[in-house]
Amino acid sequence: MSGRVVELIRELGARIVNSWVWRLGFACRFLWITLKESGPSFRRFHLTIREIYFAGVLSLVIILVSGLFVGMVLGLQGYDTLVRYGSSEALGVLVSLSLVRELGPVVAGLLFASRAGSAITAEIGLMKATEQLSAMEMMAVDPIARVVAPRFWGGVISMPLLAALFSAMGVFGGYLVGVRLIGVDEGSFWSQMQSAVDFREDILNGVIKSAVFGVAVTWIAVFEGYDAPPTAEGVSGATTRTVVESSLAILALDFVLTALMFRGL
Amino acid sequence: MMTRKELDLWVGLFAVLGIGAMLFLSLKVANLLSSFSSADVYPIKAKFENIGGLKVRAAVKSAGVVVGRVGEIRFDNESFEAVVALNIDSRFQFPKDSSAKILTSGLLGEQYVGITAGGDSVNLKAGDTLKLTQSAVVLENLIGQFLYNKAAEGDGKK
Repeated sequence: MSGRVVELIRELGARIVNSWVWRLGFACRFLWITLKESGPSFRRFHLTIREIYFAGVLSLVIILVSGLFVGMVLGLQGYDTLVRYGSSEALGVLVSLSLVRELGPVVAGLLFASRAGSAITAEIGLMKATEQLSAMEMMAVDPIARVVAPRFWGGVISMPLLAALFSAMGVFGGYLVGVRLIGVDEGSFWSQMQSAVDFREDILNGVIKSAVFGVAVTWIAVFEGYDAPPTAEGVSGATTRTVVESSLAILALDFVLTALMFRGL
Repeated sequence: MMTRKELDLWVGLFAVLGIGAMLFLSLKVANLLSSFSSADVYPIKAKFENIGGLKVRAAVKSAGVVVGRVGEIRFDNESFEAVVALNIDSRFQFPKDSSAKILTSGLLGEQYVGITAGGDSVNLKAGDTLKLTQSAVVLENLIGQFLYNKAAEGDGKK
């Protein structure tokens, strides 16, 4: 009896160590190597440009459209609540603060993880499965410098820009619904927003958040791709894990960053 | 497959859009440029018995127009009063005997400092202190005063 319990505990420990601790250590080492080998992705910047195109430019449509709709929904919902307290002019404050501080970086990050992160993982995983990475090594081309680092930097550069675009589109959507559709006074919509939103406190912190999310998402994406078992099943599992892990990472990091930034801890 | 030139064009466009969005957020949403920077303001001080819920960066208004921002709030341990530093835009000059009040915009709105111009021929300089101030209205004090007056009225009738 006690032998089986010990066996169970041992199995649990082995599973945690093998699938979490070991992988986390490998992921950290992988990030370090990626950073160390990222010289070529800046010297031959067209490699990174290509990845910015795939991660950033191709995500533009989904980011812009969802930003617009999120802003419009915020406008409708915010107006509905604010009008009860007779302060519907504060709609601009509500829309802009919630977008710039939270929704912009977080929702753009989630969309980025599922749109670009999964693509990065699938691409690298498939390269590994079809032994393109090994072929590169055979030709003395470092696959980390040639394949991983440009994708990493492409994602890191794209993410803050996408989050800023999301927030800007959202503010525009809130303006469309609040001012154009419902008829909140345009002057007080903008002026209350401008007096409530602070550049350093709100805008800059939002940009920092989105940069952190960008690093987290692309790190997870390139690592999962590189670590994927070289089978069709393995690649599909790695793609799923990328989306799940980076979504969780974004939400957890968001809590930590918000606690650090806005509570003055 | 796209040529490198096309790729550059799209990525450049993307970067321009993204930086444009950041500029829009900082200039139009956060109003970075027209918030008074330290270069063109002069500081004056005002002592209040009670500042209520006044916060740093609250507006300083005169005749309803924003003329500056609250720079710093601290407690003076000698006179037991709050010392509020007001950064006034140097485009606006006020007479030396102007007075400051802490007012509330609307019933539940945020508090701001209202400056009422006096009649002196000499204007306030940087570092001057406003002599005439009126504290924030604290609701508890107001209710206390009201109850006290009611009680006093009742005593008088007897």
